[in-house]
Amino acid sequence: MTGTPLADDRRDGTAVYLYGVARDLDPTALRGASGVAGTPVRGITAARLTALVSTVRLDEYGEGALRANLEDLTWLESTARAHHAVVAHAAHTAPTAPVRIATIYRDDTRVAEVLTTQGTRFDDVLDRITGRTEWGVKAYTTPGPGTGPEDTGGGLAPNAEPPTGPNPAPTPDPAPGAGAAYLRRRRRERDTREDAARRDAERAADVHAELADHAVASRHHSPQDPRLSGRPGVQILNAAYLLDDDQTAGFLAVTRTAGERLPGVDLEVTGPWPPYSFIDPVDSTEPQDR
Amino acid sequence: MTATLDHATDAPVQRIALVDLLDRLLAGGVVITGDLVISIAGVDLVRVSLRALITTIHDELQEGPP
Repeated sequence: MTGTPLADDRRDGTAVYLYGVARDLDPTALRGASGVAGTPVRGITAARLTALVSTVRLDEYGEGALRANLEDLTWLESTARAHHAVVAHAAHTAPTAPVRIATIYRDDTRVAEVLTTQGTRFDDVLDRITGRTEWGVKAYTTPGPGTGPEDTGGGLAPNAEPPTGPNPAPTPDPAPGAGAAYLRRRRRERDTREDAARRDAERAADVHAELADHAVASRHHSPQDPRLSGRPGVQILNAAYLLDDDQTAGFLAVTRTAGERLPGVDLEVTGPWPPYSFIDPVDSTEPQDR
Repeated sequence: MTATLDHATDAPVQRIALVDLLDRLLAGGVVITGDLVISIAGVDLVRVSLRALITTIHDELQEGPP
């Protein structure tokens, strides 16, 4: 925690929002680019590095405002999309290292200082991602026999809602042995669910291993909450792969054949992404902390 | 639902699913000390925003479709 909080009495009420750092960026590449809150995007250059920045208002991006705004999904979405648009725009023309969302500096002088003091670190990151892009692959099992509708596993959110469905079927008078039969049935259902989950995990591991063979690096993301993705079925894989540009065609072909080979599994591919998931080398290939 | 983007054209940013974007923006990128304390608390940032997501979804479930 070495950051110096911004004083409230800043003379112009503004700060500088940093999107990322590009190397050897053509100075005209940012012309017309639009950033967070509709602000223009400009570059601050030191040696070969260009910081992509916008001037933002402290009443929206100051610490207190930021804390509140980050919990507002509408605000978060527009900021995330604008942040991504700027990074993707620069990444089309030059190697670009995105920084974490909501990284704010006092002024341009501070950003220039960061470029100088952190130059080696940015160079290392840029060396690792130059000529490479990130691709996302998600795999879902399509709900079928043996998969109960309640079996949405892998959600991030606790299932806090009380059941609101129709009342359970009226219980008939227990016949002799009904209790044991009930327990046997419940156990069978549980075993079936566990078998299905185990099969899903194996299939996900197989798909991932095959894809990782065709990539420079890979990283698992946490399973997505089905209520957020709006996607039916169980998400059995949510991973990112870093590809050399000349690996892309082969990788995409592998995703297609893997999808065809596995009945009941849907593969969804997204990309190319700027290499957000491959900035920190220690993160690669390790499942992310939940 | 598949948001495969084309290299050659400008990425249709609005087609990208928010959930995929947040996977990357909240947990990826260079974590660098900004002048605001919040920007270096990477894990906290994820937690803060997840709370936003869950709160929003919960509200939507309570209110039902408009």
